[in-house]
Amino acid sequence: MEDCLAKKMEITVSEAEKRTGRNAMNIQETYTAYLIETRAVESQSEGPCAPVESLWRRYSEFELLRNYLSVTYPHIVVPPLPEKRADFVWHKLSADNMDPDFVERRRIGLESFLLRVASHPVLCQDKIFYAFLMQESGWKEMVNETGFQLKADSRLKALNATFRVKNPDKRFTELKHYSDELQSVISHLLRVRARVADRLYGVYKVHGNYGRVFSEWSAIEKEMGDGLQSAGHHMDVYAASIDDILEEEEHYADQLKEYLFYAEALRAVCRKHELMQYDLEMAAQDLTSKKQQCEELATGTVRTFSLKGMTSKLFGQETPEQREAKIKVLEEQIQEGEEQLKSKNLEGRDFVKSAWADIERFKEQKNHDLKEALISYAVMQISMCKKGIQVWTNAKECFSKM
Amino acid sequence: AASAPKPLPSSGPKSLREMPHPLATSSSEEMGPALTPSPDLLLPRSIADKDLSLPNGTPVDTSSPASSSSLLNRLQLDDDLDVETRDLFVTVDDPKKHVCTMETYITYRVTTKTTRAEFDLPEYSVRRRYQDFDWLRNKLEESQPTHLIPPLPEKFVVKGVVDRFSEEFVETRRKALDKFLKRITDHPVLSFNEHFNVFLTAKDLNAYKKQGMALLSKMGESVKYVTGGYKLRSRPLEFAAIGDYLDTFSLKLGTIDRIAQRIIKEQLEYLVELREYGPVYSTWGGLEVELSEPLEGVSACIGNCCTALEELSEDMTEDFLPVLREYILYAESMKNVLKKRDQVQAEYEAKLEAVALKREDRPKVPTDVEKCQDRVECFNADLKADTERWQNNKRQDFRQLLMGMADKNIQYYEKVCVT
Repeated sequence: MEDCLAKKMEITVSEAEKRTGRNAMNIQETYTAYLIETRAVESQSEGPCAPVESLWRRYSEFELLRNYLSVTYPHIVVPPLPEKRADFVWHKLSADNMDPDFVERRRIGLESFLLRVASHPVLCQDKIFYAFLMQESGWKEMVNETGFQLKADSRLKALNATFRVKNPDKRFTELKHYSDELQSVISHLLRVRARVADRLYGVYKVHGNYGRVFSEWSAIEKEMGDGLQSAGHHMDVYAASIDDILEEEEHYADQLKEYLFYAEALRAVCRKHELMQYDLEMAAQDLTSKKQQCEELATGTVRTFSLKGMTSKLFGQETPEQREAKIKVLEEQIQEGEEQLKSKNLEGRDFVKSAWADIERFKEQKNHDLKEALISYAVMQISMCKKGIQVWTNAKECFSKM
Repeated sequence: AASAPKPLPSSGPKSLREMPHPLATSSSEEMGPALTPSPDLLLPRSIADKDLSLPNGTPVDTSSPASSSSLLNRLQLDDDLDVETRDLFVTVDDPKKHVCTMETYITYRVTTKTTRAEFDLPEYSVRRRYQDFDWLRNKLEESQPTHLIPPLPEKFVVKGVVDRFSEEFVETRRKALDKFLKRITDHPVLSFNEHFNVFLTAKDLNAYKKQGMALLSKMGESVKYVTGGYKLRSRPLEFAAIGDYLDTFSLKLGTIDRIAQRIIKEQLEYLVELREYGPVYSTWGGLEVELSEPLEGVSACIGNCCTALEELSEDMTEDFLPVLREYILYAESMKNVLKKRDQVQAEYEAKLEAVALKREDRPKVPTDVEKCQDRVECFNADLKADTERWQNNKRQDFRQLLMGMADKNIQYYEKVCVT
């Protein structure tokens, strides 16, 4: 990785704070603000550490930043934000945005987002991004001044429109298909995982009842009493351990979610390409038809049916002057069109090149990250099992002393 | 113990050194029924013939009936188990289904090996069905009302819910029936009961059953100690304590049974979800190139976890729950014995009062009643201690089993979840 911002600067989202304020409609609301801290990294180890700079941002500002980046760099798979609302929750998990656990996981997600952008070779150089990190006031205005909002609206429309491309690029079609499948499979996975977590929670918690019964039972026993009592205690420990275990698992779920949303971003790039392709085809088609029209007018042959042709046949032909004028206009348009087509083609090729480069980068990152996520998930499971072994071994010992 | 008779081939008695003392506080492994003392020694009628001194050398006063019974008690408790003096071994196995026009039922093979004089042959093998076991138990209760008869597995099963002919059900029942007979075998008095003898040996049990019924109806039920109509004023503290203990004990066991069932249910629901979870990883693996191997790996792991979990739940159902239920039944029958004891004592006290009122000179204390009460006390205490000890070991046994299973599950996880 070349000179990206992440190498020159430490970035953390270190705190979250509840705030109240008035929103755009002057209504009182509560929201959470996040503290972003940055510090320049010294290349040499000696010398005093650079001072920490910090500012507060709320989630909506992160959203604004991301929208800006998506629009400005349509060929880049832009890192996603953590989810807006808690989704895929299992019953113990709160769906409340203000819930401290949710806020904490969001904080981590936001930090991850910033780090990903900062490590991206293209995105990290963006001035708006830099300002997001460094300049608290006036940033919003700065963003709006770029006029990206207009592009954003048309982009949104385009992403959702349906159209047919005559010569689609196979690679992009496959990639789009892949991103759809990926989204579907990860959602399914997250849903089932949430149910699994729910059930596992139930199993552990019921064991807690053992603790109570053993305690009561031990009261009436003589020799067995102590053993039962201490075993009961271990059952309580077992039942309580599930909370931490599942908390940890949420991080795994978050990692999967990130790639669920990344799939969305990937899809967007494919769509953008489709759009460009369609645009190109339309432009080429338009040019061809104009050329044809021109030819027809010039040679006087009507090769294709046109209403004008028909009406002129019915109501008499045009004057040579009119025809000349038309031809001239068309010739100008054709020239424009050819230039446009050329530049569009160039644009298209550039887009494909840079998009594909970023897609390759993304693929590698995805494989690496997901592999790590799976490994850490396995490690989590193993640790959970080891804890289980520990508890049951302890209980066993207590029983053996009965 | 003096000279040992020739040891019999058997299915697993341990040597003397391996068997802990019934009341020892040291832990033991799977010991099974070897907790009551050797059947040879302790019949009331043979006390007069024995050299009556306690193992530690103290001579014993045998003048009063009371002390001979307490001696009886002590001898029972202090005697060491010598496997070589065990002379009766019974096993239940080989369940077979019989289909007849009227009904379908299962029989079990009951095998006996013995050197006792009471038996004509050294070996027997007969087929018995649950009805027969039930009959035996009732007969034992009738003929030995002061003793605690081990429980049988439940008679009735809701036909729709449980498959009476499924392998698991039959096996669970077989184990319980086997345990039932082994407990009787090891009981110093019950094992010599004539009904038990017939049960083990008769080719045609039904004929004997009919005969027994006929006899009874002729003689009228005379052996019963349970006399109606006497109200006990107050239970001696000792027995009241036992009664209270049994009440709480049954309650707690009942709760544990419910908890265990709940856990199994939750585990099975968890299993259902896991079964859906695993394949999703597989599907994902199909999408990917580089990641397909690790994803498949995770999917396979989850599959293995499912299997392990299934085994755990099965083991719990088959080995853990039945033992709980058996002890609840045991507690119930113990309570009944307590009630009977109360009845006996009530009768005794009433008769005593009657005597006092009559102002008769002769000590018309119904000695048999008194003796009976004594015996009840002895045996009750003995059996209680037995049960306690037995509980300990059994609990330990199946807790270890439970833990071993949890262990197995967990170790499975370990082995398998390495990506």
